[in-house]
Amino acid sequence: MLNEFDITALFITLKLAGVSTLILLLLGTPLAWWLSQTRWKLKTILEAIIALPLVLPPTVLGFYLLITLGPNGPVGGMLESLGGASIAFTFTGLVVGSVIYSMPFVVQPLQNAFSGIGRRPMEVAATLRASPLDRFFSIAVPLARSGFITAAVLGFAHTVGEFGVVLMIGGNIPGETQVLSIAIYDHVEALEYGQAHWLAGGLLLLSFLMLMMVYIFNRRFSLMQSDNQ
Amino acid sequence: MIECQLKIKQGGFTLDVEFCAPAKGVTVVFGSSGCGKTTLLRALAGLEKSDDGFLKVGDSIWQDGKNFIPPHMRSVGYVFQEASLFDHLNVRGNLEYGARRAKEAGKDFMGRALDLLDIRPLLERTTEQLSGGERQRVAIARALAVNPDILLMDEPLSALDLKRKKEILPYLDSLHHELDIPLIYVTHSPDEASRLADHLVLLEEGSVVGSGAIDEMLTRFDLPISHGGDATSLIEATVVGHDDRFNLMYLNFSGGQFTVTDRELPLESKVRLRVSARDVSLTQELQTDTSILNIFSAIVDEIVPEGRSQVMVRLKIKDVTMLSCITRKSAELLNLNPGKQVYAQIKSVALLS
Repeated sequence: MLNEFDITALFITLKLAGVSTLILLLLGTPLAWWLSQTRWKLKTILEAIIALPLVLPPTVLGFYLLITLGPNGPVGGMLESLGGASIAFTFTGLVVGSVIYSMPFVVQPLQNAFSGIGRRPMEVAATLRASPLDRFFSIAVPLARSGFITAAVLGFAHTVGEFGVVLMIGGNIPGETQVLSIAIYDHVEALEYGQAHWLAGGLLLLSFLMLMMVYIFNRRFSLMQSDNQ
Repeated sequence: MIECQLKIKQGGFTLDVEFCAPAKGVTVVFGSSGCGKTTLLRALAGLEKSDDGFLKVGDSIWQDGKNFIPPHMRSVGYVFQEASLFDHLNVRGNLEYGARRAKEAGKDFMGRALDLLDIRPLLERTTEQLSGGERQRVAIARALAVNPDILLMDEPLSALDLKRKKEILPYLDSLHHELDIPLIYVTHSPDEASRLADHLVLLEEGSVVGSGAIDEMLTRFDLPISHGGDATSLIEATVVGHDDRFNLMYLNFSGGQFTVTDRELPLESKVRLRVSARDVSLTQELQTDTSILNIFSAIVDEIVPEGRSQVMVRLKIKDVTMLSCITRKSAELLNLNPGKQVYAQIKSVALLS
């Protein structure tokens, strides 16, 4: 069965995924909205940067994050000189890494959903006296709800499943920065296949259920849409 | 009064317009597709930004040089070509969206919009439970429910088939008669224009080629609409009597009385008549041995050639203007000249609205 560290790893994983998803939605929503609306010529550069974690080996990202956030890195050094502590090998470090790593999984569905709405509903709302902020919340957000569900679930699931980045930036400290995926690796290394089975099977089931949720919701949503035609 | 002077550049196209429209009644912006009608309407709503210009609706100035009032702060109602209802709200939600945000938000504006467009039975439906015509009616009611100072409509019938058009047109007529705000209606359909317009703005390749009262505009020889097979005149008339024996109805206008097929309209109702220039023939003497019922004494106002074999004659029947298209030969035989008194025989009259 699960030992004490496994239980902590589970809680750290869920907390990490929850906090990261929340931050991702808060940062990703305005970013995705802006990307869907702007006619800025250089926006493809930004889109490529956001999509980088999709193709980059997680260790590469983790390595650079460690360099940047570590006590001798530019950001870490600045934090230390301001009297703070370096965030490498801390939970905060894990959150920063996860947010960057999962960003494309949140931004892309949102951007697609916002682009899919088109300009018309927003223009109609403008002629019905809604201010820009008002029409964003009263029209764009509800019309993009399937995008939000997809973004939240993918962001959460992807954070739960990451390995390389959290290993590099978190350092695998049991009870502090050890997450489930690394705990499984440790169990396998130690030939504790029973415990590895419990954790791996649990993750498999969780991921499957979350994806099912997305597909069921989006299917119902697209059926609702096709009824409109 | 609406004063408008706007200039907008879009790629290779430039809209550069200047016109005034009356504070009441329907102003139709008429022109072929691509002439900038929709861009003009969007600019009036503030959806298209004009770098420079002047726009005043009633007492409020919406643009003066660089000062630009954004769309949500303009008191407009806008009906798009497609109904563009919000699919995440039901009919009531769509109507309340604007009504809740309107100045002096009050239920009576919404109630009035509901009654004018007959929306009450549809209120609890979702948008996908509406037919094409119903969707457009809800869109019009939604625009009215914000209690706007001006209603803008962008070809609201063009996305509908003929049957749906016929279903909506009576509602547009009632808007025409009931609304005390100006309505600016964009269309490329001569039928819709002659049925609804009190005032006409003719647009061609981004410029206004003429603007004025509809009856004057239709008979102005310097404008393309007064030439060709579509040349028509409009006459406002009132129902004054019915003849049950022959199933006829009598209509008074300021130049006399028309006799037309009875449409069982109540006495005193206002109707608009359309007379095609090709259906008006001219005689020197008053004919008594003719099957034509509608004959009026008229004075020739102006004659212009129409192609090689025909002429277009503008007539005055008292203060009413009418066009007649006849052959050049007939004009010569009748010795037509401005100021000459003739009789206009009207073969057929179309009843609009």
